[in-house]
Amino acid sequence: MESLEEIKARIEAAVPGAGIGIIANPGPAQQSSLLIDHEHASAVAKFLRDDPALRLDYCSNASGLDWLDRTVKKTVKMKKMVDGVEKEVDETTEEFFSGYLEAVYHLYSMAHKHGPVIIRMRTADRAEGARLPSLTPIYRSAELQEREIFDLYGVRFDGHPDLRRILMWDEFEDFPMRKDYREPDDYEYEPTPHDDVLEKAKTHYTPRPQLDGAENITAQS
Amino acid sequence: MSTTEMLPPPPTMTSRLDGELLEVSMGPQHPSTHGVFRMNVALDGEMVVKLKPVFGYLHRNHEKIGENASYLGSMPYTDRLDYFCSMTNNWAYALSVEKLAGIEVPERAEYLRVILAELTRLQNHASLLGFLLSDMGAWGTPLMYAFREREKILDLFESLSGSRMMCDYMRFGGCRVDAGPDWMEQAKKIVDAFPKFLDEFEQLILSNEIVIARTQEVGKLSAELAINAGITGPMLRACGVNYDLRKVDGYGFYPRFKFRVPLGDHGDCYDRLMMRALEMRESIGILKQAFEQIQPGPIVNPKIKIRAFKPPIGEAYGRIEGPKGELGFYLISDGSANPYRYRVRPPSFINLTVLEDLCLGHTVADVMVILGSIDIVMGEVDR
Repeated sequence: MESLEEIKARIEAAVPGAGIGIIANPGPAQQSSLLIDHEHASAVAKFLRDDPALRLDYCSNASGLDWLDRTVKKTVKMKKMVDGVEKEVDETTEEFFSGYLEAVYHLYSMAHKHGPVIIRMRTADRAEGARLPSLTPIYRSAELQEREIFDLYGVRFDGHPDLRRILMWDEFEDFPMRKDYREPDDYEYEPTPHDDVLEKAKTHYTPRPQLDGAENITAQS
Repeated sequence: MSTTEMLPPPPTMTSRLDGELLEVSMGPQHPSTHGVFRMNVALDGEMVVKLKPVFGYLHRNHEKIGENASYLGSMPYTDRLDYFCSMTNNWAYALSVEKLAGIEVPERAEYLRVILAELTRLQNHASLLGFLLSDMGAWGTPLMYAFREREKILDLFESLSGSRMMCDYMRFGGCRVDAGPDWMEQAKKIVDAFPKFLDEFEQLILSNEIVIARTQEVGKLSAELAINAGITGPMLRACGVNYDLRKVDGYGFYPRFKFRVPLGDHGDCYDRLMMRALEMRESIGILKQAFEQIQPGPIVNPKIKIRAFKPPIGEAYGRIEGPKGELGFYLISDGSANPYRYRVRPPSFINLTVLEDLCLGHTVADVMVILGSIDIVMGEVDR
């Protein structure tokens, strides 16, 4: 199979305007990946699937990822003039990286039996901007897996035919696989009619003098 | 997405004259849903016109638990994914971590892994055939025949690892305990006796008229849809697609063994059933070769740190050919003792993608056969 750089160049030639980046993998597995932009995601995936040399017809795995906001502190020694004397002063700079959610797809070829080519997409942020284009129209195998990413990470996939919760129940509100998820105290609590019904039932338990002879009871005791 | 648009079925003997649909909720306690699985089925007479699977009854967020446990701490927990095949689950996870950290595995350990994975395949396929027959109405007897053989293999697992089903046998860079000569003798005996059971079982079921009537031309899957929907394992090969990770990836020592990959022709339930029977024969061949080739030696890489095991920063996706399909683990390390991301690619969950496509136009009774032929385990589907 061609190298990732060659694939990137060929995608950029075939899909004009597509912004493709290469995310290096420092580990021993050396499975580097392609970062693709939202607008051209479908076109890029379609190219990868249909290109005769690549024929990545099989999307094996679709996985969600959560990256929190983080600040990286850097301490640099600077030379500064203090009271006319040159001194070494530690200067701390803080760099802020805003968090995002990510979807990672592992593509293989059943026709040519090679792979994987890993593509990933990143959301704008972790709140309202947590949207990605769905690859289900191109790879049907992403159907249930994208539903799972939506369920557990809260990424909304535009163009998905049936985006509902899949593993958690429909009334559940949070996204449990996010890194900042906290379990509620009683997550099985559901508002049921029982509370109202119990209140109403209390009126039946208070003794009614006319019917129950409550006066007689209190007088005797 | 042609499948989600519901076309009215052609009027047949089984459709209702007034055209009204009946909604049935099958499961989650239905005896033939193989666990707590539910399907919302819309029926026209007896014909399925719509089927929506409902998941999550056994959901315990396995992946979150994996993120909070150490790398080795997740190993016993992988047994609980597909509790029929704990050995192959262990192997897939160990393989992914070995990829993530760049660990070599000694020769004897690789052979032990192959032997145990193929034994797992034998018992999984045998019990699947038993369950499938049970779904078709052959209550008990074929399943007990299969379980009799399965129990012998589980006894082997127990004597080796200490547990019948929750084996927790593999370690990063090897295996936990060595198999002694007695164990090998016993395993050889069981493998040598297995074809006799297969002959009997195949004669009993595969040419049975009722089985043929219930499975042939039922739940047909085309090769194009199977590839696009990510179907793997025997279900994919029943459609005639030659894709077996033991050949394609050549992980472990599989390139050293001679075996054939059985392929189906029609992609119906009968081919799926047949695929399991044929794969068991090939597994026996692999096991016999492995028993001949295995040599004494170390079973675990001595360089591996068991305590404070921290793989370098990076990510890896490792996969093996499990009995149910491609079982993969996607791991991301941030350099700490816990994985940053621990993702399971469950084959039986993704094989359920096409359940509706397979069932449309068939009767309710066929749904059970189709579901049985997909081979699901809810521990893995819901995770």
